[in-house]
Amino acid sequence: MIRTLLLTTLLASPALADEIWVTNEMDDTLSVIDVDTLTVKATYAIGERPRGITFSKDFKYLYVCASDSNAVQVIDPDTGKVLHDLPSGDDPEQFVLAPDDRLLYIANENDAVTTVVDTQTRKVVAQIDVGVEPEGMGISPDGKVQVTTSETTNMAHWIDTQTHKIIANSLVDSRPRHAEFSPDGSELWVSSEIGGTVAVLDAATQVEKGKISFAIKGVRAEKIQPVGMLFSPDATKVFVALGPANHIAVVDAKTLKVERYILVGRRVWHMAFSPDQTRLFTTNGVSGDVTVIDVASLEPVATIKVGRFPWGAAARPTP
Amino acid sequence: MKALIAARAIITRELARFVTQRERFFAALVRPLVWLFVFAAGFRAALGLSIIPPYKTYISYETYIVPGLCGMILLFSGMQSSLSLVNDRESGTMRLMLTAPWPRWFLLGAKLLAGAMVGLLQVAIFLVIAWGYGLKFSLIGYLAALPALALAGIMLGALGLFLSARIRQLENFAGVMNFVIFPMFFLSTALYPLWKMQESSPLLATLCEINPFTHAVELVRFALYGQMNLAALGWTVLAFALFFGLALLGYEPARTRSR
Repeated sequence: MIRTLLLTTLLASPALADEIWVTNEMDDTLSVIDVDTLTVKATYAIGERPRGITFSKDFKYLYVCASDSNAVQVIDPDTGKVLHDLPSGDDPEQFVLAPDDRLLYIANENDAVTTVVDTQTRKVVAQIDVGVEPEGMGISPDGKVQVTTSETTNMAHWIDTQTHKIIANSLVDSRPRHAEFSPDGSELWVSSEIGGTVAVLDAATQVEKGKISFAIKGVRAEKIQPVGMLFSPDATKVFVALGPANHIAVVDAKTLKVERYILVGRRVWHMAFSPDQTRLFTTNGVSGDVTVIDVASLEPVATIKVGRFPWGAAARPTP
Repeated sequence: MKALIAARAIITRELARFVTQRERFFAALVRPLVWLFVFAAGFRAALGLSIIPPYKTYISYETYIVPGLCGMILLFSGMQSSLSLVNDRESGTMRLMLTAPWPRWFLLGAKLLAGAMVGLLQVAIFLVIAWGYGLKFSLIGYLAALPALALAGIMLGALGLFLSARIRQLENFAGVMNFVIFPMFFLSTALYPLWKMQESSPLLATLCEINPFTHAVELVRFALYGQMNLAALGWTVLAFALFFGLALLGYEPARTRSR
């Protein structure tokens, strides 16, 4: 009896590891990376052009923006099967899950709207007109304010989640791609791809309080295109993916100084921390791989081949 | 015991010569550093080289050429040390050394070890400077690189020894530079990975693969990452055996006497 138990535990153990899930934009697949072995342990076919990816708070559901299927797909992470689609509006690119674990705020790039979908009733709750080509989606930790950035209007639109009305607009540099609230909710960071900068806005006044520029020795300035951003677990640092500059910038969250540049694969886009938060996984679109960075030493330790054009990443702890 | 004294005398002489020749010490360091700071900086590879073993992720070009520059130091040092034998021959010191009551292979082997030690010293200083520049390896990497570098140094020294048996005058060193050092260095994986060579010309890639210097560099490269490259080790040992054998033939008593 004990032996059988032991045996089943041993046999089952390889499956029980922390995972990083990656959307492969060109392959229409998801790659699942085993955080312990740093290998791809599963690949699942899903809808067309998967980009934005996030888990429900209990990790029972995985939400993926299947942009060209015009749907947000809900996936069972245990089987990799698509359970159902959520109505998402046209061409959903990125989204953010509200802290209540229920509402999804989705950017519809072609329609210049932000669609709010209830994941339980599977119904559209609201559609908010925003600037042209909305993309970056952030939500305050208390869930009261949602921010959509529009790539062509070059604005961050502050949306009241109660009334679903825009309460303020902040002008930022060219082509804002991503918006991220600081964990304490006091700041909003917005990355501008063409502008090559990251703006730090005061969340209370919606006014810019700082701006970060980047310079890497040997890399032309126009190659530096900040996109994905992620606060370190202790909120002291912000990791900024610099697109075709092939580097991650590590920014001091207080002084806004760039501490370091970490070399990763080609056209780095988004990132996810491992569930234990000791490693950072970056999606490198053009080189089709994921670079693993040791968070303590800030050194890249490995690069793992995934599908073509990995876009987003999300972590799932050991089930 | 007496053998040890003889070996020590040869090694001490070599080290003393190196230490007293400040210019040589300086030149030995400037060469790889110029490559590292000027050549690698001018080369647009801050965006990373594609991943080949032993690397597990993207690396900068500067990181890539570190093992090659270590090899470069050993190559020059090995040549210099062995070519000093030509000078020794002219000045008569060689006769003194070779008439010691020990077998030739032992005396020449001690000379090789001495040369390799000088080379290792230079590499160590180079690696310290590279470390300060931000090109860091793990402790295991540095420790594993030590025997790899020593073997590479002895192999390249043996090549120099073999050449010194053929070269009559010191002035011919320029010729050695042109026909041995430069082709060996450039036709290797020191500056570009093999796949890059393959891309430009399969013939160059083949020459690269035959070149023992390539294998010495790869041995060091893998060792710096705590890995063993058996093929590179085999080729390096084989090249050493060949060069040393040829050198012994060149310094064979019967031949040296007849000259």
